[in-house]
Amino acid sequence: MEDRSVIKKTYKLFIGGKFPRSESGRTYRLVNGEGDVICNVSQASKKDVRNAVVEGRGAAKGWGDTSAFLRSQIIYRIAEMLESRFVQFVQELTSEGVSPEVAAREVSEAIDLVVHYAGWCDKYQALFSSVNPVSSPHYNMSTQEAMGVVAVVAPEESSLLGVLSAILPVIVGGNSCVLLASYMMPVSAITLAEVVATSDVPAGVVNILTGMRSELLPVMASHMDVNALLLCSGEIEERKLARELGAENLKRVILRDDAALHQSPYHILDFQEVKTTWHPIGQ
Amino acid sequence: MMPSLPDLSQIPPIDQRGVEERAARIQTRSLKGEGKLAALKLAVSMLDITTLEGADSPGKVRQMCMNAMRPDVRAPEIGPAAAVCVYPSMVSVARKLIDKHASTVKVASVATAFPSGQAPLALRIEDTKFAVEAGADEIDMVISRGKFLSGKFEEVFEEIVQIKEACGDAHLKVILETGELQTFDNIRIASELAMGAGADFIKTSTGKVGVNATLPNTLVMLQAIRDYYRRTGRMVGMKPAGGISKAKLALQYLIMVREILGKEWLSSDWFRFGASSLTTDLLMQLRKQSTGNYQSNCYFSKD
Amino acid sequence: MSDFSKFTDSNNDEAALENTSLVDLRERYDLYIDGGWLAPEEGEYMDTINPATGKKLAEVAVASVGDVDLAVQAARSAYEGEWGYMSGLERGKLLFRLARLIQERSREFAVLETLDGGKPIRESRDIDLPLVASHFFYHAGWADKLEFAFPGRSVRSLGVCAQVIPWNFPLLMAAWKIAPALACGNTVVLKPAETTSLSVLRLMDLFEEAGFPPGVVNIVTGAEETGKSLLNHPDVDKVAFTGSTEVGKEIQRQLAGTHKRFTLELGGKAAQIVFEDAAIDQAVEGVINGIFFNQGHVCCAGSRLLVQEGVYQEVVDKLKERMNQLVIGDPLDKNTDIGAIHSSQQLARISELVACGEAEGCELWDSGQELPKEGSWYRPTLLLDCAQSHRVVQEEIFGPVLTVQSFRTPQEAIDKANNTPYGLSGGVWTDKGAKSFSITSEIRAGVLWANTFNKLDPCSPFGGYKESGIGREGGVHGLAPYVEIGF
Repeated sequence: MEDRSVIKKTYKLFIGGKFPRSESGRTYRLVNGEGDVICNVSQASKKDVRNAVVEGRGAAKGWGDTSAFLRSQIIYRIAEMLESRFVQFVQELTSEGVSPEVAAREVSEAIDLVVHYAGWCDKYQALFSSVNPVSSPHYNMSTQEAMGVVAVVAPEESSLLGVLSAILPVIVGGNSCVLLASYMMPVSAITLAEVVATSDVPAGVVNILTGMRSELLPVMASHMDVNALLLCSGEIEERKLARELGAENLKRVILRDDAALHQSPYHILDFQEVKTTWHPIGQ
Repeated sequence: MMPSLPDLSQIPPIDQRGVEERAARIQTRSLKGEGKLAALKLAVSMLDITTLEGADSPGKVRQMCMNAMRPDVRAPEIGPAAAVCVYPSMVSVARKLIDKHASTVKVASVATAFPSGQAPLALRIEDTKFAVEAGADEIDMVISRGKFLSGKFEEVFEEIVQIKEACGDAHLKVILETGELQTFDNIRIASELAMGAGADFIKTSTGKVGVNATLPNTLVMLQAIRDYYRRTGRMVGMKPAGGISKAKLALQYLIMVREILGKEWLSSDWFRFGASSLTTDLLMQLRKQSTGNYQSNCYFSKD
Repeated sequence: MSDFSKFTDSNNDEAALENTSLVDLRERYDLYIDGGWLAPEEGEYMDTINPATGKKLAEVAVASVGDVDLAVQAARSAYEGEWGYMSGLERGKLLFRLARLIQERSREFAVLETLDGGKPIRESRDIDLPLVASHFFYHAGWADKLEFAFPGRSVRSLGVCAQVIPWNFPLLMAAWKIAPALACGNTVVLKPAETTSLSVLRLMDLFEEAGFPPGVVNIVTGAEETGKSLLNHPDVDKVAFTGSTEVGKEIQRQLAGTHKRFTLELGGKAAQIVFEDAAIDQAVEGVINGIFFNQGHVCCAGSRLLVQEGVYQEVVDKLKERMNQLVIGDPLDKNTDIGAIHSSQQLARISELVACGEAEGCELWDSGQELPKEGSWYRPTLLLDCAQSHRVVQEEIFGPVLTVQSFRTPQEAIDKANNTPYGLSGGVWTDKGAKSFSITSEIRAGVLWANTFNKLDPCSPFGGYKESGIGREGGVHGLAPYVEIGF
């Protein structure tokens, strides 16, 4: 067969189910340990964050109202799509400098994590809801409701697993999310966007940005239409900034370490509001 | 007035817990001093002193009439009661004695096959006419609960219209027998039917079933009266009956009337207590107010 | 003398006054630190007044930074000492004992609460105090069962809790803060509102009587500065605040970068939605309770009424009729429905906002009752023909003022209800069960009342969405902010 040029992928953002370049036209060069350029990555701007939040807001209610069973089916579908791209993810991780063995382990863990969370969609409510025996003749119950739009700053030091462990608790609970991927290891996140796009996840539920944390974290933290912020960072200044700017609309700011999150239904709870409803019992 | 069948689709639903809470809140009201004294005297003047026993005798009815005309022999300024309430067979006995004393006390009679109402309509109409002809000023009729509970609202309405006609000039009180109507919604519907058919008063109970007048039942009826008044401009009276034996409770009823219907309804023309033993407790409380001493019922005549 | 006592237009009726002899006030109250009364280091005191008369009741200490530090140290020592080692069961037994003591002396506390805060005795007696006692009872029972509250996880206490509470429910807010903190094994430094310290200070006598070790609960009285120095004390592990959204945001900013956890219970602007198919009389009564409870000084008050067109006039007419029946006056009169406005500042704020509403074009209607000459008072007020854009619809008035808007479709009602940065509570009035479930699901707020309003219970979590706060108080969900959940 004739030698042919390999078609290289343009790495873009994922906003509202589409793959736009940054509106700013900016990119940054991703370089591996040997100094080779891996690719040009879109460098999202403030306006890209704004656009992603608009898409997230538009999708949030529909996703939150989607039946728990269907959300579960869709998230399980993400695992199927991930599995079918197993080799691709291993290759991409390897290109970012991870050893092939570690990369294979991480992709396996990532797929298993998705399967694990898919099962939580219709179960965490039973664990964390309550029927409260009030002393008046009322039926009183406390249930979980999605917060809405959650901004997620993924761990810098973890790639595929970091992104998924941060996104899954958010979307399992019916929120939409706007994710900022690791600056140095963004490739898996971008490919994950392609997986999400082919998994029946409604457009706008998951939005994935690449770019600089120092530029975008303040925008996410101060955005008045973002209900919660998950920041995976050990940097004291970043954590302080998130809380300070988040105060403007009393954003729920969840601070985690710069690493993939452990699997836990309590992470789902971080992005749930508790609603208590009173109904009289009578005629 | 012309009878008019209420538009059942316009009758509002009633929320049980809301009614109970409102009634409970009224029970936290407290009357003191002259306000309490005035309310106690008012309550005496609103009494329909009642005897409805198989063993009723002319003698008992006559004594009861005396009591109604002058409840407290030591305090002639108290009273008289609003009415005496008896079976049709005792109407003429009461009429004669009250006329002899030229008293304002009215003679009320239960009719329409009281208390069950389980007789053919023709007999119930005859029963009514008999009482009116014997001299009753007021007729306390019972509705057909069987027909009501089986949803035959128009028949219930029509029967009330016919009894009202049979009353002539006598005032008609329509007993809903709230204790048998099961729900507040039904009490509201029955109130609307009775008022639409021409009732001068609506009344809770016969006193012959397990649950008689309660504050929540009365509240629902008072609100129906108020809404009917807003719609038609016609005032309808209210009579809770049965189960009110203490002065404190009676005052709570009066407070409720004042809050729901206003002061216009605070007279025997528009509000009555159907009671037998309440009289004594009201008098005991009045005596306590004037003497400062707690009382014993042996100082007050029972009938 | 209340209007109500004029049952028959007589002018000689007596008010049904509660007996105040149960309460013997000291002239001056010091700080309660480490199980004893301590004079403030700078010797400063402030007056606390009865808002119904404007007269001074007592003097209360103003805690300085140094006093606050002593209180936090005492709480720390208690946490690291006897209290920290006490079993959950033993902690629970002390809380049970405390709850019983509160019940036993409930009337005295109710009178004190009414004297100092201006709320009607009917409410402090029938609502505040029973809830205070039941809150301690409820949490007493949790103290030895915490591992069951968090499935699959172990929990441990946090340490020293700094708690700042408002003036509208002084003792109840203290109970909401102290009970879960202690049940979970923490110690407390609490700052009551500067105008309502007395009942909480008196509660310390009961803590002693119940046998709590010194330092488990410490009270630092004072104003804003005292509160700031408490919340910013470096040895505090957890902050709980109830108050305005503005201050809540400031607290979140100040705590940024620290290890302190926090919960915030802030403002609200709840909608009450009345549908045409509602039980109208009960809805009207519920709306009345929703806005006029505690003079409207309630963060979860149903201050925005949304009425469906077909019953708009009927509901407004019935509201007016009912408002005319409300008794305004001496909070110690058992018949009083509307007590004193808590302070002259609050009165000024209510008046200013209502004037603004009128200027914006709302039609003002008030119940016209005669107001007492001394003290701070405000008549139950309706602002009719309000628009979503009006300031009175958007801002929390925190007084006996109800804005009224009409709507046609359920979606319109939901949109209006949610068109606010707040999300504390909401109410819906309909006779249709399916509709009541759907509307309560659609309203973005933490507490929803269907065919009722302003119901509170210790086992029912309370707290807001959006700018109404972060975290819940009460119920199993109210424990989470007071524990570290392990893995």
